Amino acid sequence: MEDKFIEVKQLYKTFHTKKQDIEVLKGIDLSVEKGEIYGIVGFSGAGKSTLVRCINRLEEPDSGSVKIGDKEITALGKAQLNEQRRKIGMIFQQFNLFDSMTVAQNIAYPLKLTGTSSKEADARVEEMLALVGLTEKKNAYPGELSGGQKQRVGIARALANRPDVLLSDEATSALDPQTTLSVLDLLKEINKKLGLTIILITHELEVIKYTCHRMAVMEDGKILEKGPVRDIFQNPECATARNFIGVYNKFRSDYWQEDAE
Amino acid sequence: MSLYKYSFWEVLRHSFSAEVWEQVVPAISETMYMVGVSSVFVLVFGILLGLILVMTSKEGLMPCKIIHTILGAVINCFRSLPQVIIIIVMLPVARALVGKSYGSNACIISLVASCVPLFARLVESSLLELDKGKIEAAKAMGSGNFRILFTIMVPETLPSLIRAFTNAVVIVISMTALAGSFGAGGIGYIAVTYGYTRFQHDLLFATIIVLIVIVQAVQLVGDTISKLILKKRHLI
Ligand SMILES: Nc1ncnc2c1ncn2[C@@H]1O[C@H](COP(=O)(O)OP(=O)(O)OP(=O)(O)O)[C@@H](O)[C@H]1O
Ligand SMILES: [Mg+2]
Repeated sequence: MEDKFIEVKQLYKTFHTKKQDIEVLKGIDLSVEKGEIYGIVGFSGAGKSTLVRCINRLEEPDSGSVKIGDKEITALGKAQLNEQRRKIGMIFQQFNLFDSMTVAQNIAYPLKLTGTSSKEADARVEEMLALVGLTEKKNAYPGELSGGQKQRVGIARALANRPDVLLSDEATSALDPQTTLSVLDLLKEINKKLGLTIILITHELEVIKYTCHRMAVMEDGKILEKGPVRDIFQNPECATARNFIGVYNKFRSDYWQEDAE
Repeated sequence: MSLYKYSFWEVLRHSFSAEVWEQVVPAISETMYMVGVSSVFVLVFGILLGLILVMTSKEGLMPCKIIHTILGAVINCFRSLPQVIIIIVMLPVARALVGKSYGSNACIISLVASCVPLFARLVESSLLELDKGKIEAAKAMGSGNFRILFTIMVPETLPSLIRAFTNAVVIVISMTALAGSFGAGGIGYIAVTYGYTRFQHDLLFATIIVLIVIVQAVQLVGDTISKLILKKRHLI
């Protein structure tokens, strides 16, 4: 690999609940190149969310390391971590916009954290609004927006500080297909335009096929298979990948409800 | 005018007479003073304790089991006592703090002791209603704990906090009336001395009317402000 930008090594994480201990990550190794869109698929409960959340340490891994560029994320102290998090954007399935703030204020929130001057912040907000195509919604509240528009605000907010990395946890799972497509197009556009590295989690294979350069298949806390998306689609090695692609193909096959009779 | 001598309607009519209100009006201002001052204390300390409870809880931003457990236990102690008992228990404390165990200022101390724990719990439950995802989003952006508290948690739950405070004020009002019977003066004093001891039921009716009107007004103001905020945010 020419340029390992994000490197995850031997990541382990166990959740301790009252009833039991659940080992959710069992030695994850992953490397993502600068400027690529990297997809991670897996069925529900595979540990995908936990994995990305370990990348910005919303979840503390038990052992292993995460490196972004030359920064060892897992070795940072609290203040340094907050500093570093400002360079890592994140978008969510439920958008997680702040209802008490307008669209512009939402986008400006991360800029306040970096102490951007208000003049510069205003300009950046305008730039981000233009990027996601929501200039006319500037003074609207999230409560007035559709799901797709909310996710666009989420993306604008995540990109406001010009991060190097964008983490996307099921960002399109709550959206209708058409809106999903437009959001994915937007992600592809910013990936090209800004050279942003994106880690994209989903359980929808078509999202990966449409958007990602490379992918990993995850199950039960382990990565079973990884490589260029086309290779895995054409030649899936593990049963889970075959299973995923089987389902994917069935949906796209010439199979109609009536045929079952 | 006693109900034992006059009909209900006669007493009710007389409860609106100038003679009755001459006595009630000064009591209203006394009650207002106690309610106002107590509410301010309840607001400040209740918010403070509520925020500490939420921040130090296990799922909070700054988990601290010792503080959380002790604070929770102290609050529960106060909450488990009936208001009458809190008033009695606080009498010596009031004497120590304001020099006497009767009068408005002494009453304020028992009101605060009883309503701060209550409001702290209300604040806690309002803040716990907040979607964890929003806190995570702020965390992921690199926002610090106190910044998250004051720029996200409090503003996002503001309508619910206002409702909680409205409830607390209503309880402060009813407790002020209760404290009146322990020498605090105000509406409650009139109700007990004239209405109970001297059978002047016209005065009793007047105090009931006053209490109902005040509580309705407080509730209306609280609900309206809370709704306006929700409307502005397009959440209703
Ligand atoms: N805070 C937590 N405490 C205890 N268990 C947890 C916690 N977070 C996640 N888990 C468990 O870890 C496992 C993996 O969860 P995770 O959210 O990473 O899966 P996922 O692959 O993202 O699934 P989905 O597609 O449903 O989002 C699940 O079994 C879940 O119950
Ligand atoms: Mg998930």
